[in-house]
Amino acid sequence: MALRELKVCLLGDTGVGKSSIVWRFVEDSFDPNINPTIGASFMTKTVQYQNELHKFLIWDTAGQERPYFCTDKEEQILYHYRFRALAPMYYRGSAAAIIVYDITKEETFSTLKNWVKELRQHGPPNIVVAIAGNKCDLIDVREVMERDAKDYADSIHAIFVETSAKNAININELFIEISRRIPSADANPPSGGKGFKLRRQPSEPQRSCC
Amino acid sequence: MNEEYDVIVLGTGLTECILSGIMSVNGKKVLHMDRNPYYGGESASITPLDDLYKRFKIPGAPPASMGRGRDWNVDLIPKFLMANGQLVKMLLYTEVTRYLDFKVTEGSFVYKGGKIYKVPSTEAEALASSLMGLFEKRRFRKFLVYVANFDEKDPRTFEGIDPKKTAMREVYKKFDLGQDVIDFTGHALALYRTDDYLDQPCCETINRIKLYSESLARYGKSPYLYPLYGLGELPQGFARLSAIYGGTYMLNKPIEEIIVQNGKVIGVKSEGEVARCKQLICDPSYVKDRVEKVGQVIRVICILSHPIKNTNDANSCQIIIPQNQVNRKSDIYVCMISSAHNVAAQGKYIAIVSTTVETKEPEKEIRPALELLEPIEQKFVSISDLLVPKDLGTESQIFISRTYDATTHFETTCDDIKDIYKRMTGSEFDFEEMKRKKNDIYGED
Ligand SMILES: Cc1cc2nc3c(=O)[nH]c(=O)nc-3n(C[C@H](O)[C@H](O)[C@H](O)COP(=O)(O)OP(=O)(O)OC[C@H]3O[C@@H](n4cnc5c(N)ncnc54)[C@H](O)[C@@H]3O)c2cc1C
Ligand SMILES: Nc1nc2c(ncn2[C@@H]2O[C@H](COP(=O)(O)OP(=O)(O)O)[C@@H](O)[C@H]2O)c(=O)[nH]1
Ligand SMILES: [Mg+2]
Repeated sequence: MALRELKVCLLGDTGVGKSSIVWRFVEDSFDPNINPTIGASFMTKTVQYQNELHKFLIWDTAGQERPYFCTDKEEQILYHYRFRALAPMYYRGSAAAIIVYDITKEETFSTLKNWVKELRQHGPPNIVVAIAGNKCDLIDVREVMERDAKDYADSIHAIFVETSAKNAININELFIEISRRIPSADANPPSGGKGFKLRRQPSEPQRSCC
Repeated sequence: MNEEYDVIVLGTGLTECILSGIMSVNGKKVLHMDRNPYYGGESASITPLDDLYKRFKIPGAPPASMGRGRDWNVDLIPKFLMANGQLVKMLLYTEVTRYLDFKVTEGSFVYKGGKIYKVPSTEAEALASSLMGLFEKRRFRKFLVYVANFDEKDPRTFEGIDPKKTAMREVYKKFDLGQDVIDFTGHALALYRTDDYLDQPCCETINRIKLYSESLARYGKSPYLYPLYGLGELPQGFARLSAIYGGTYMLNKPIEEIIVQNGKVIGVKSEGEVARCKQLICDPSYVKDRVEKVGQVIRVICILSHPIKNTNDANSCQIIIPQNQVNRKSDIYVCMISSAHNVAAQGKYIAIVSTTVETKEPEKEIRPALELLEPIEQKFVSISDLLVPKDLGTESQIFISRTYDATTHFETTCDDIKDIYKRMTGSEFDFEEMKRKKNDIYGED
């Protein structure tokens, strides 16, 4: 069976549950005290989709999405600077991006549009976008209506699901949907010869100098 | 940001990002800031192309023939990685290589009498090369065999040469090599920029030639590697490593003041806030009063719509113009890459010419290189000062990196990193120290 490696990157404000979603997907567990930065930076999971194996290479933000204050040089105003510490490398070659917000925090939904804009600017042109309204186990304190989020997702042709990393709701479904949306392998053959990863030599010769 | 850090790093150039990564991996609390809104400082790859035009104050926007601006990632400083070099070793030890994809540079060429020739570095290539006459070839072949067998730990391989005493000039004489062969051996294989090595003991030169051959043996076509999307990916990769180990990143942060008390750094002020620290790492642009100028480098970025002539249409290559060939003291380098490396629009090539400035008219100095590249669609010329710290930083605990020099490799950069590490920690640099200290990869590999 053909194996395809698919890079997926996560976006969204700090604390919405990005790392928890990946942790649930890859390890099928939930850690309420997940370390905000140190933890898993690179997680993989292979799932079968039709007659292909999809190996998801999932990139977490490593905390580089954390907001800080900063003066905009052009507008000369102090504002919450959320995006630019994420390096372009982060988006490079991604087949899909999952943008996460927290259904119990209206503000994380308002900034969603900025993340989408950021992705359009820096992400690959044909990237599959998925929006996840996380923490849907906390309906009592819901601030974002499912309908509003769904409408917005539709307007930008993005996948939409409400998820709970805590209760394992819709996490696998989210990735299955991504598999479904990714163009089949023969639709866009890799162009112009890809690069390779550096590997250690079987035996590294030790050079001593005079 | 109102916190106490072990180390604050200013500037996100390659040197700063590698050091930031090493510090974070070793448990230091790091705050890393840059006044620019992008990663990389001087070692950034500029994108989109419009930004390059703006940076060099070229009037107007790039013409339509340049294709999509977003397809460009133009390095400001031309360099390649040696396949067996120190930077590759750092990438492997830190596993930052996981974030990057590389291609092998297709060819290495040397300039002789106005023409360029493929650098022969194996016996077979030397015999096929038109760079030398037949007898010269035989002698050069003998020399290469000697170098390949040479082992500084085994006196039986010395054949009457004392590696620590015999000057390289004498070795060339022993093998009866002519001036042209000496030129390309010293400059295109041993990669010396000047001829000062001729009177030094030969051991280092022989080992440099061995390094070249070993790097070449690794992937075949040439000893040089280049990362897809440009060299700017390198600092980003090490910044990610630092962030994974807890480093805090802030871009677009104007730095107002480096606060020093009793001669020792205690913090950095940005936008009215003070972050405290025990040690500071920065590039020279953040501490203009603590660095001095030791020279200048001229670099000319040239956009072409054709591969360089006589390179067999290589999509990437390096050309070395040995100083002797053009009556100079230091070599001129040309590094070329292209759309095959995701750094230029389809069908475009970027050739960067660089050398150490020797006269008052640096643009004239690089003319022989530009002639090899004609027709050139667009040129971007920069002349930058080589800045080095005035002191070791032992007292102030302010550790300043050196500006990137005219070499087109990362050897001197890696040496600077190792040196700063030693000054900061008091212990000798050890690649083992760069290894990740815990598992951060989950799932199947
Ligand atoms: C166009 C070009 C010009 C160059 N010009 C110069 C130059 O002017 N001066 C110069 O010193 N080098 C020069 N070099 C060569 C450089 O030393 C090698 O390319 C080198 O190994 C750099 O690659 P790197 O930084 O990726 O790996 P490196 O870090 O250089 O890895 C090389 C490994 O071998 C050792 N090593 C590296 N280079 C040498 C060397 N040259 N001699 C002995 N041991 C070495 C290092 O300590 C390390 O262990 C040039 C290279 C290129 C491509
Ligand atoms: N109730 C609930 N809490 C969650 C859920 N997902 C994450 N959290 C919590 O939200 C906090 C932030 O999660 P984290 O994954 O670190 O978010 P990140 O900053 O976006 O990576 C943690 O305390 C998690 O335990 C969820 O689905 N439900
Ligand atoms: Mg996280």
